[in-house]
Amino acid sequence: MRVMCAMSGGVDSSVAAAMLLEEGHDVTGVTLKLWGGASDSGCCSVSDVEDARRVAQQLGIAHHVFNFGEDFDRDVVDLYVSEHAASRTPNPCIECNRSIKFARLLERARALGFEALATGHHATVVTDSTGHLRVGRGADMQKDQSYVLHMLEQSQLVSTMFPVGSITKAEVRRRAGARGLRTAQKAESQEVCFIAGGSAGRRAFLGDRIGLTPSRVVDTAGNELGRVPARELVTLGQRRGLAVGGAGEPRYVVDIDAAGDTITVGRPEDLLADTTPLGTVTWSADPLVGGTPVLVQTSAHGHPASAVFRENAVSWDDARPRVAPGQSVVFYDSTNQFVLGGAPAA
Amino acid sequence: MTAYLDHGATTPLRPAVFAAMEPWLTEQFGNPSGSHAFARRAKQAVEESRDVMAEVLGCRPAEVIFTSGGTEADNLAVLGARGKGTVVCSAIEHDAVLAATRSVEHRIAAATRAGTIDLDSLAGVLDDSVTVVSIMLVNNEVGTVQPLADVADLLSSKAPNAVLHTDAVAAFPWLDVATAAGCASLVSVTAHKFGGPKGVGALVARDVTLAARQLGGGQERGVRSGTLNVAGIIGMATAARITADTRPATARRVARLRDRLADGLIESVPGCTETAKRIEQVPGNCHVRFDGIENEALLFLLDEAGICASAGSACASGAMEPSHVLTAMGLSNAEALSSIRFTLGHTTTEDEVDLALKALPDAVARLRKA
Repeated sequence: MRVMCAMSGGVDSSVAAAMLLEEGHDVTGVTLKLWGGASDSGCCSVSDVEDARRVAQQLGIAHHVFNFGEDFDRDVVDLYVSEHAASRTPNPCIECNRSIKFARLLERARALGFEALATGHHATVVTDSTGHLRVGRGADMQKDQSYVLHMLEQSQLVSTMFPVGSITKAEVRRRAGARGLRTAQKAESQEVCFIAGGSAGRRAFLGDRIGLTPSRVVDTAGNELGRVPARELVTLGQRRGLAVGGAGEPRYVVDIDAAGDTITVGRPEDLLADTTPLGTVTWSADPLVGGTPVLVQTSAHGHPASAVFRENAVSWDDARPRVAPGQSVVFYDSTNQFVLGGAPAA
Repeated sequence: MTAYLDHGATTPLRPAVFAAMEPWLTEQFGNPSGSHAFARRAKQAVEESRDVMAEVLGCRPAEVIFTSGGTEADNLAVLGARGKGTVVCSAIEHDAVLAATRSVEHRIAAATRAGTIDLDSLAGVLDDSVTVVSIMLVNNEVGTVQPLADVADLLSSKAPNAVLHTDAVAAFPWLDVATAAGCASLVSVTAHKFGGPKGVGALVARDVTLAARQLGGGQERGVRSGTLNVAGIIGMATAARITADTRPATARRVARLRDRLADGLIESVPGCTETAKRIEQVPGNCHVRFDGIENEALLFLLDEAGICASAGSACASGAMEPSHVLTAMGLSNAEALSSIRFTLGHTTTEDEVDLALKALPDAVARLRKA
C-alpha cells in the first residue's frame, strides 16, 4: 500500500516508518512545519525536522516537509489562547489531531495519491463486533494515546494506521536501537509543543496575546486568602501555585469566575460532582442513546470510571472531581478496549 | 527522464569548469598568500581569474573582491558601505539583502504589481541620511529586470550621500552585467547560478570604501580576510567567461523554450496565470500560478514525476514559506501559495520542457479534484 508516514523526528514515528517498510508498504515520510515561534524545543524545530529527514534517509524512503503553519496558528494556537482567555483548559494535541493531522494532512495525503496516513501514536485501529472501525488502546497502557485520538470517525479511520500501537514503548526503543536509528534514545516530546519553558513560558506566551487578569483567591466562605497574577492560567482542580500556602489541608480550585476576578478554593470534597456537562459529542460510529452505561476517561493518562451517558452530560456512578471545562471527556466501550466518542467538558 | 527546471536555485556545473578546477583541487594545492612556487602558481591563477571577472563585470581587477557567494557579497556591500547612515532597499530583494538591511537603520521601498521597484516609493524614502541603496538587477523569483538606471538617477537627485548596490546574482546568466549594472558602485554575483561551483562569489566595489566584515590575514586588500578559494575562483572565472561568450545565443534559445513552456501551460491548464510580463522578464524565468491549488502539493507531484521546480523560498527546515516577493507585489496569500517558479538555463532542453508540459495538466487536475 502507498502510505504517508507523519514523522515528527521522534522515536515512535521513526519506528512506525520502519515497521511499515518492513511490512512491504511503499512509504513516504512527511514532517509538518507547524510553528515558527521562539520555541525551538517544540515539535517542529529545525533539529527535529533534520532528525526525521536523516531517519528517512537511513530507511531509504522519500521525505518531504509540509508547511501547515497558518492552519496551525488558526486552528490550534488561536483556539488555545481563546480557551485560556475564557478560563477553560484546552488540549492543543487533540485540536492538532482534529484539525491538522487527521484533516489537513489526511486530505493532502489523499490528494497526492496515498492510500493511508500513518502516525507514531500509541493506539490501534480495531474493528468492533458491528464492523465499525474504532480507535483502540495502545498495547502499552502507560503510553496509550487513544484519548487524544478520540475524535476520529469512520471516514478517517479507514485510511489511518498506527504501526507502533501494537508494541510497547520499550519495544519501540529496542527496535530503533536494533535498526541503528538516530532517534533511538531521543527524549519524549513536551506537553505543549509551541511553548517552551514550562509554566513561566506559558504565562509569557499568553501574556503576549491576551490581557491577563489579576484575581483574588477566596475560600468557599468568601474570605480573601491571596492573589494570583493571571486568572487565565488557573485550572479547575489545580492545587499548586495559588499563593495560599501554609499549614492545614491542601486546597484546590473549585470555581473560577471567568467573567470576573475571583478564584474560589476549597477542600477536595468541594470539587466532587455527580455529573459532568458536555459540549458537542463526536462519535466514531453510531451515537449512544441516553442511559447507556459507559467507561469514561477525562485525562490523557487517567483511569476510566463507570458512568451513564445522558445526551448532554455523563452521570458518574460515584461522585468524582469536576472536569475542567475544555478538557475532553472520552467514552470507551464496556471492555475498555476502544473509543466510542468524546466531547469537551462544558 | 527528469526535467531540471530550477536553475534559479542552482545550475549544473559546466564540464569545462570542472576541468579547469580539477588541477587546483589536486596537484596545485598552493595557498596564494605564500611566497614559494606552489603559492605563486596559485596566486597567478587567482589574479588571472580576477582579470576575467573584472572584464565580464565591467570594472578594474582591483575592484573585484572574492567572497564565499552572493549572500556574503550582499552583506559586505550593504553593511560594509553603510558607515553610520541609513540603508534603503526594495521589498522584493533577496533575503541576503533584506536581512542585512533590516539589521541596521533602514527604510524599505515598495514594489509594483508588475514585480519592479516602485520608483515613487523609492523617491519618498531617499534623503541625505541614506548611505546605501540596494536594488537588485533582476528579481530572483519572478525574473523581472529592475529599472536600475532610473534608480541611479533618483539617487543623484535625492540621496547625494548614497552609493548604489545591485544584487546581480539572478541577472548574470542573462544580462551583460558590465553594461546593465554600470551605474552601480557595488555589484554582487555568485558562481553557481551560471554553471560555476557553489561557495564562491564576487563583489565589485568601485570608488567605495568598505569596512571589513571578516577580520584576519588581510586578504582581498583587507576587506575580506580568509584563505582564497582557489579552485572555486578559477571555476567561477571559467564559468563567467563561457557565460558571457555564449549569453546572446543561450538567451535566444532559452527564451524560445520558456515561451514554449509558458504558452503550453496557459493553453493546457485552465486557470493558469503568468505572474509577470515576459517582456520584463529574463529569458529563463517562467513564473505562474494555478488557481485553487497549493504549490507545496503540486511540487510533490512534480517531484514524483521527475520535474524539479520551486515555489517561494524554503526555510531552514525545508518547508515552503509564502513568498515575500509575491506578497510585496500585492498578490493575495492564496495567490502566492498557488504560484510556482520554473527556471530554465544553459542545459535546458525541449524534452525537459515537454516533460513538464505533459505532467502538469494531470497534476493540477488531480489536486483540484481532491
